[in-house]
Amino acid sequence: MSVEGGSAPLSVQDLTIGLRRPGGRSVAIVEDVSFDVDPGQRLGIVGESGSGKSLTLRAVAGLLPRGVEVLSGRVEFGGRDLLTMPAKDRRALMGPEIAMIFQEPMTALNPVMRVGDQIAEGPRRHLGLSAKEARELAVSMMARTGIPDPARRAKAYPHELSGGLRQRIMIAMAVSCGPRLLLCDEPTTALDVTVQLQVLKLLEKLCDDTGASLVFVTHDLAVVNQTCSELAVMYAGHIVEAGGVKDTFRQPRHPYTRALLESAPDFDHPERELIPIPGFAPNVADRPSGCPFAPRCGYVRDHCTEAVPPLEEVIPGRLAACFESDRLVEVLA
Amino acid sequence: MLDRFRFVPLRLLQSIPVIFGVTVVVFFMVHLLPGNPALAILGQTATPARVASLSHQLGLDKPLWDQYLLFLGHLVQGNLGTSITYQRPVSELVLQAVPITMSLLLFALVLALVISVPLAAVAASAPGRARDLAVRAFTLVGQGMPQFWVGIMLILLLAVKAKAFPVGGYGESALEHWYYLFLPALTLAIAMCPTIIRSLRASTINVLGSDYVGTARSKGAAGVALFRLHVVRNAAIPTVSIIGVNLGYLVGGSLVIERVFAVPGLGSLMINAIFARDFPTIQAVALVVALFVIVVGILTDVVYTAIDPRVDLGSRELA
Ligand SMILES: Nc1ncnc2c1ncn2[C@@H]1O[C@H](COP(=O)(O)OP(=O)(O)OP(=O)(O)O)[C@@H](O)[C@H]1O
Ligand SMILES: [Mg+2]
Repeated sequence: MSVEGGSAPLSVQDLTIGLRRPGGRSVAIVEDVSFDVDPGQRLGIVGESGSGKSLTLRAVAGLLPRGVEVLSGRVEFGGRDLLTMPAKDRRALMGPEIAMIFQEPMTALNPVMRVGDQIAEGPRRHLGLSAKEARELAVSMMARTGIPDPARRAKAYPHELSGGLRQRIMIAMAVSCGPRLLLCDEPTTALDVTVQLQVLKLLEKLCDDTGASLVFVTHDLAVVNQTCSELAVMYAGHIVEAGGVKDTFRQPRHPYTRALLESAPDFDHPERELIPIPGFAPNVADRPSGCPFAPRCGYVRDHCTEAVPPLEEVIPGRLAACFESDRLVEVLA
Repeated sequence: MLDRFRFVPLRLLQSIPVIFGVTVVVFFMVHLLPGNPALAILGQTATPARVASLSHQLGLDKPLWDQYLLFLGHLVQGNLGTSITYQRPVSELVLQAVPITMSLLLFALVLALVISVPLAAVAASAPGRARDLAVRAFTLVGQGMPQFWVGIMLILLLAVKAKAFPVGGYGESALEHWYYLFLPALTLAIAMCPTIIRSLRASTINVLGSDYVGTARSKGAAGVALFRLHVVRNAAIPTVSIIGVNLGYLVGGSLVIERVFAVPGLGSLMINAIFARDFPTIQAVALVVALFVIVVGILTDVVYTAIDPRVDLGSRELA
């Protein structure tokens, strides 16, 4: 993740997402989130449930749920701001430039449409293919995602396929128009572990083959470690730490990242004790003044509750939003 | 694929005992009606002797049980009896009336869909906004109006005042038939709309918020294409069974409405027969209506199965 923008296919700047209440007052759920994704780069966004990962991703794709809006900020793709361009232009990007894969392959496919037709829909619309050509492309996409007997399976309805196959259908659909940016919202969470691994490998391979960039939202640190090169950690609607995956995991500079790592199982060191994070993430409506993580933080000092720590470069290539960031290193050492 | 429709023959078989039950109910209810048909035919001034002789001629002096067996025996042979009033085979009268009532119901259903689908889509596209509130107000008003009153108002406004439509009747040519049926069909449609709109609106809102519509949007689908490919069929699924149930009620409504508009369908036939104590005709119409409700039930499930590939009614019934 490069800190400065420029040639990045995706550059999110100071994105604030929330609920606009009648009467002008609005509630921010995601606040001042910024990140860039360079061509071919793979960014993992992690954080516990409710931290705003999905909303961030959906804002980029223009798929925010009813009632939730982008309150401020920019989402630049290839130098153009997605948020201010006409809806028609933006829709024209969805598929050939940007594609999204959702968490639940059970519900993310239209139950009354054959899966082959669902894959063919994008190419028909965007690539100007005939119905027959699009159907053929769909079958070849299914073959590419490792679906056995694709010509027959293309005629199946979603409920006739297993979860793993459905997620492959979703992936085939997402890559069918050759997007430059793939947005994945926990694409493997609903799958069992062996299938998870296959699907991850498939995603990696497709990104390698096409050079597409990837933004991968998950709460599974092991998945990020395997799939992504860059990491952003979200807490209560803010990015609290960002940097290279390996570096950050080796030496986290934000107490929340550290707590996340300690609370997750580590298969290289199974003897290590798991430490749960005490307390709960704050409600967006009554975020504490100062650092949102302060009430649960083991390194908290008085000044932490007085001002919000800014996201700053603490070491080259690493951003953290913590006044006590340096102490983390001392304690670790 | 066709496998999922294997419930149809089974359902047809199941309806035989139902129809048998209907004959029992219809026959005994009709014969419990106060009043003697012979008296009704001859008028109040007839002598008791003449009434008795006509009763004998019509078989009305036999024990009720014998009369039922006779009725059933004839029915099995496809003989619905002879109308007391018209002195013609009841089957002829019914065959004349059935297509008229069916056209009326079909017309009403089409009109109801033509009105409901766009209104539901308009309401669902902006829940809570002005147009949604307007549609919901319309459904409330529509629900509050009695059917016959709507019919009379339509006659007063569109037929008597604006003279755009005939006050009643059925016309001569096929084209005229549809023209004459428009107001009664509209009356029935207005009665059906509130339920359909409410169901469609709710299911459309549901579908628009679903994950798969999100997926469709992520493929660049919007507007008409989005509705056509991903919303319409999914939103129709719960509404189909509601329409099925409502068509049953609609037959009841159409009996009254035919009377209001002087449409010579089953309803007019039935009401005239009731006043004349024309037992064979009443029985025949009641049977036809029961049959219609059964067929609509099966058709509803066929449509339901056709639009939702997940539905397999046979597996549940055979299990
Ligand atoms: N449609 C909505 N209306 C109002 N608030 C919402 C809506 N969707 C999400 N939120 C709120 O936004 C916050 C962030 O939601 P989001 O779905 O982005 O979390 P997440 O990080 O993806 O969590 P998870 O890991 O559970 O998917 C949540 O606290 C939720 O309450
Ligand atoms: Mg989420």
